[in-house]
Amino acid sequence: MMAPHLVIVPIVLPLLTGALCLLLARRRPALANHLSLGATLAVLAVNVVLFVRADEGATEAYLVSNWDVPFGIVLALDRLSALFLVLTSVVALIALLHARRGDAARGPHFDTLFQLQLMGVYGAFLTGDLFNLFVFFEVLLAASYGLVLHGAGRRRLRASFHYVTFNLVGSALFLIAVSALYALTGTLNMADLSARIGLLTDTSAVLAQAAALLLIVVFLVKGAAFPLYFWLPETYGAATASVATLFAIMTKVGIYAIARVTTLIFGSDGGSLAHVAAPYLPILALITIAVAALGTLAATNLASLVAYLVVGSAGMLLFSLGLGTTAAITAALFYAVPSTLLVAAFFVLGDRLKAARGADTLAPGALITGRNKTRLGLAYLVLAIAAAGMPPLSPFFGKTMALGAALETPWGAVGFAVVLGASLLVMIALVRAGTSLFWAGSTRTEGTPDIAPPGAALAVGVLLVLATTVFAGPLEGFAARTARQVTNPGEYRAAIFATRPAPPLLDIRGASTLSNEARAVWLRLSPEAPR
Amino acid sequence: MSLELLVTIAIGTLCGTGVFLLLRTRTFDVILGLTLLSYAVNLFIFAMGKLTIGKAPLVDGRRPADLTAYADPLPQALVLTAIVISFAMTALLLVIAFRARGETGSDHVDANEPDVPRQDDA
Repeated sequence: MMAPHLVIVPIVLPLLTGALCLLLARRRPALANHLSLGATLAVLAVNVVLFVRADEGATEAYLVSNWDVPFGIVLALDRLSALFLVLTSVVALIALLHARRGDAARGPHFDTLFQLQLMGVYGAFLTGDLFNLFVFFEVLLAASYGLVLHGAGRRRLRASFHYVTFNLVGSALFLIAVSALYALTGTLNMADLSARIGLLTDTSAVLAQAAALLLIVVFLVKGAAFPLYFWLPETYGAATASVATLFAIMTKVGIYAIARVTTLIFGSDGGSLAHVAAPYLPILALITIAVAALGTLAATNLASLVAYLVVGSAGMLLFSLGLGTTAAITAALFYAVPSTLLVAAFFVLGDRLKAARGADTLAPGALITGRNKTRLGLAYLVLAIAAAGMPPLSPFFGKTMALGAALETPWGAVGFAVVLGASLLVMIALVRAGTSLFWAGSTRTEGTPDIAPPGAALAVGVLLVLATTVFAGPLEGFAARTARQVTNPGEYRAAIFATRPAPPLLDIRGASTLSNEARAVWLRLSPEAPR
Repeated sequence: MSLELLVTIAIGTLCGTGVFLLLRTRTFDVILGLTLLSYAVNLFIFAMGKLTIGKAPLVDGRRPADLTAYADPLPQALVLTAIVISFAMTALLLVIAFRARGETGSDHVDANEPDVPRQDDA
């Protein structure tokens, strides 16, 4: 009986946990922290169940408050959402394990903000309603503003002012785009929008095109694409390490939103708006990849370097998504998993190295000695190979798949040149950083304290990156099934519209009859809407 | 002058002024700019339900049971959400600006004057 309600658990559980942590934070901070970890693990388990359920192939709709489609808010679970749900909970686990080693205690209410941020991210992945997507974006952003400031300090204040301003302008654009789409189609439900957007003609279609591109611009701000990525390296570089680790998933929210709207609403059924962003996404993505590679070369500390890796991986994902073919989307979804995990683990590693060396910069400093050197060094080796996209680790497969897909589009040649050139630059940057971190130190600082063992968070991160390599086959299979599902928006629409509210316990003044009548009128007004 | 033209001019003016202030270098100007921009956006959302005069968004039983007798209630609900969110975010940004001013003694958006070298605590 509870099974259908599992879909809303990833939103409700972090919200409740966040509220409880708020109460406990002052008196029992340790208990709040344990509670937060327990909830994160519980949501991870729920998400795995949802993932398995979504992989059976059916898109599942959850009618919040039992309102009929398309009048109420609807949550939708398909393979795409399920993939990102699981990825988020894994990244959250890595971030939280690391935060428990000290970051959480650096300021008040870390656990509350952490859980609310997760609620926003899960909500954004689950919602089937465009305005609701805006609301969940705001929830995750509001929590992230607090998290950026976590630990205080001048650098974080400056970074957060820029970050908040940038995102507030982004939210304003989001609202303009959403309300313009509402004015033109009369609906905010994504399934309903996807049925109606293709019916627009003449000036309405032109207006809708403007709104659509504005919407994509907003998602590019979150996804950190050129020229809208400037907030990211500064913010991620300034944030506390465990916060930066959690933020590894934030750009993926933008990427997910682009993947969702470009396939569902502005996809093959979009009429005059079909593939509206396709001419612009690949070129912006390639510039992003190139700029991010230059950024890694210019970075002066490991956190900024990893921040540019985040930008680069967002660029790579956008490139594949922008190509729009099923093979390219498969490549993007495959690449999303290891690239997110590796930057999360890399932020943790950066913090460990900082603690072990007593210095933040990439300039040669104190040498790490003893067993830590081997363990941290091995972690660095794995993550650097993965980040540069070198064989034999899974990001290499992702890049190969993306470039293979690009060959069948006009972007093949330029894609190869930019992606491979950028990989080379990233590799040089990582080799140079590794050399000065592990080898080029002065041995004068006698007996560098053995104070920073790698820890569980780093181990989980590195092992998961390796696991995506070992299980690359099943992951690729899942990515391919997901890509086939998202490129077939009719299936999604049919599933959403087929979901009917549960019979009301008390039918107050014939509300359900009224709702049925309203629905019948609405469906009659959209000739091509699925029944 | 029609109602539509009036609202269009109002949105345009608010938006233009907001963007101008947003591009200035003092935190106070930027926050004012964001506020004006959010006013413009709120008006825009409100106008998306089509401008009507003397029509209620709620069914009150006194009007004919016909959609033309009522205003679209959805944009009004949306604008309420948007107002609350932008209000809260502006308040948060003000707090950050005050903290930055207190800690650095500068209300420049980069938290220090252009000709003064940066002092970062790690």
